[in-house]
Amino acid sequence: MPAVKIENLNLYYGEFHALKDIHMSIEDKSITAFIGPSGCGKSTLLRTLNRMNDMIRGVRISGKVVIGGSNIYDPNINVELLRKNVGMVFQQPNPFPKSIYDNVAYGPRIHGITRKAELDEIVEKSLRSAALWDEVKDYLKKSAYGLSGGQQQRLCIARALAVNPQILLMDEPTSALDPISTLKIEELIQQSKNDYTIVIVTHNMQQAARVSNQTAFFLNGEVVEFSDTVKLFSNPQDQRTEDYITGRFG
Amino acid sequence: MAHTLHSPPSEPQGDSFARWKKRQTRNDKIMKWVFICSAVFVSAIIFSIVIFVGSQGLQTFKDVSPITFFFSTEWTPSSDKFGAFSFLFSTLALTLLAVVFAVPLALSGAVFMAKMAPNWMRDILRPATDLFVGIPSVVYGLIGLTTIVPFLGKTFGGTGYGLLPAGIILAIMILPTILSISEDAIRTLPVSLEAASLALGATRWQTIWRVLLPAAGPGIVTGVILGIGRAIGETMAVFMVIGNSPQMPRSLLDSTTVLTTAIAKDMPHTFYGTAWNNSLYLMAFVLLLVSLLLILIIRIVARKSEQR
Amino acid sequence: MNSKLTDRIATVLFWSSGILIVFILVWFLYRILGDGIPHLTWDFITGKPEEIVAGGGVGPQLFNSFYILFLSLLFSLPVGFGAGIYLAVYAQKNRFTDWIRVSVEALSSVPSIVFALFGALLFVKWFDLKISILSGALTLSLLNLPVLVRVTEEALRAVPSSYFQASLALGSSRWQAIRKVLLPAALPSLITGVTLVAGRALGESAILIFTSGLSVSRYFPDFNPMVMGETLAVHLWYVQATSVVPDAKQIAQGSAALLVIVVLIFNLLIAIPSRLLEKKLSGKK
Repeated sequence: MPAVKIENLNLYYGEFHALKDIHMSIEDKSITAFIGPSGCGKSTLLRTLNRMNDMIRGVRISGKVVIGGSNIYDPNINVELLRKNVGMVFQQPNPFPKSIYDNVAYGPRIHGITRKAELDEIVEKSLRSAALWDEVKDYLKKSAYGLSGGQQQRLCIARALAVNPQILLMDEPTSALDPISTLKIEELIQQSKNDYTIVIVTHNMQQAARVSNQTAFFLNGEVVEFSDTVKLFSNPQDQRTEDYITGRFG
Repeated sequence: MAHTLHSPPSEPQGDSFARWKKRQTRNDKIMKWVFICSAVFVSAIIFSIVIFVGSQGLQTFKDVSPITFFFSTEWTPSSDKFGAFSFLFSTLALTLLAVVFAVPLALSGAVFMAKMAPNWMRDILRPATDLFVGIPSVVYGLIGLTTIVPFLGKTFGGTGYGLLPAGIILAIMILPTILSISEDAIRTLPVSLEAASLALGATRWQTIWRVLLPAAGPGIVTGVILGIGRAIGETMAVFMVIGNSPQMPRSLLDSTTVLTTAIAKDMPHTFYGTAWNNSLYLMAFVLLLVSLLLILIIRIVARKSEQR
Repeated sequence: MNSKLTDRIATVLFWSSGILIVFILVWFLYRILGDGIPHLTWDFITGKPEEIVAGGGVGPQLFNSFYILFLSLLFSLPVGFGAGIYLAVYAQKNRFTDWIRVSVEALSSVPSIVFALFGALLFVKWFDLKISILSGALTLSLLNLPVLVRVTEEALRAVPSSYFQASLALGSSRWQAIRKVLLPAALPSLITGVTLVAGRALGESAILIFTSGLSVSRYFPDFNPMVMGETLAVHLWYVQATSVVPDAKQIAQGSAALLVIVVLIFNLLIAIPSRLLEKKLSGKK
């Protein structure tokens, strides 16, 4: 069963038709990349998968997004549980003004875990998964703001992983980082493939090619082409895809 | 030809332009000194106040011992008894009362306006609360006198004067200050903080309580301290509802006096140079020092938050 | 789920507090204006006060309020602007500037009763100005100063630095740039700030009781600054505290309503057009 099934999805920001009739199936435990020029809707689609678009006033959505067997836009859905299950890492690292420990422990705490031993275990496990544990294990009580940009982003990844999501959404996670941090995070993503379903929005085509199994090319709110990464980059079916990949626009 | 700052003498306007330019430069220097002097003058004022009020007040200790002044509750100027403890106590009690009433309401209001109120409501509420900062104290006092005091008298018996009506009126007076500063502090938090919390599956309340309020902490604390400062220094509104007997309050509805009202009440009856008059200056000096201390605390809080 | 329930309760509580605040504000205005407006007859607003019989007016007090305000602004505006300009334009990051800033902040925290005592000491006693309009105005200007300094500095700082630098790049002196570019650009904010200061000063009572007194001159209007000048706010307090006229309560309520209306007028009529002016000057539609 696919991790995410999107059917007939349309999204309007007021009068603006931002997502047009999206159909897509995302495989379980795979890495999918969304690419396309600025403003084409890839981040918007990403945000529909954990209903973060609810935060924006004037947004209208029609269609279905089925995750774990249910349409997440059903009114009876528990949004908080959805977001626990579908984690998100943002473009700009956004740790809380708290200690490193409290940042990672935030998620488990709000979902009811209060025993210190349990929290300690989760914090260590998450920081290890984010390849940050060795660097911060002696400084867990220090403010997260003392970390470098790349470390902060890995902290945000650890924070997202701490609630044990099945799906991880990443919105241009490395575009604000230096090349070394970028590489470290890409390694992370590839190592996580067997544990999570990952959807990553990226401006960087090489990154998509390096990291993902499948790639979707967006243009003007539509999915122009969606196929295996290798195939999309070496033998694109649509002329627009080819134009974008070869740099004729975007 | 080399470029110079003065126009070459061969140009027709050369001389008068050079003179005009010289005048501008001279004016510039003069004005700069005018501005510096203004700044120094303003700065000197607070020092003068501290020195003059302080020196006048400290003369009290020629006739009254500090222990008596600060710890005795007997205030009978006609018998040379100058014990201001009840004023100090009531000031503290009243401020506490006002803060207890105002802060929870102001904070909830701030959260409401920053995060939950529809835009049209915010657009009305915000200017309205700002407006209320400008309403004169005597007007607040009058409302307290004509509505709250009679109501309390009817409900609880007695005269209705005391710490309670004063606390209620003060709370209403400091509410806009705390609310507007806290609301600004919450509203200017980066949206990414809220997004991060919601994306982890937090409810709105969890986000507010665990992320937003702590993050806005320094701003909120500043607002509360400013509110406290205003409460401590308020004279006229309190004067009209507190009863003004120079005694320790035995209950929330017992007539008493605070530092500010003690000064206001006795000042017209004293003569310059007497112990009575000096003791009023001493009370003013205490108020002054407390206000300065609060400003210092605000600066420390601000500096600590910048270091985070 | 527990957290969902807490969320709902919290939402209800927050909405309640918002509504409660609105209610308090509305009730307040309703009481003041409702009780007082009926008494605002022309006779009341312009008539002379009575000591013993009913029917007194507040004309002289109203006049004194504005006269003292005008005088205090006369003293405090130049100094306040000057200090504000210094902080916004000339000040470097050094201890001198820090010192100035701390002093201004400290001055703004001084309770009004302390200003009253200081004014009584300095102006009434030592300068021997006695209890007079002049003493009151001078003391009031001390109250205005820190706010004016802050308002000026903020207004000037809000002007994009590119304006100032463009002027300098064309060869002007700093004073020229301030006078011709910075001040005009900051004018709307300055006006708003001064208006707020004025509104606050109009309502001031503690200071003026002890420096400008409780009586009004026999002549109306009297421009002599050396006579005692009770203002409207002070009169309100006096009337409900010690007056023996039978309609004291009504006079107090009328004065209160009048004061609030004046403050409202200052805030709405002057601050709003200046905001519109600001929009027009900055080119927005």
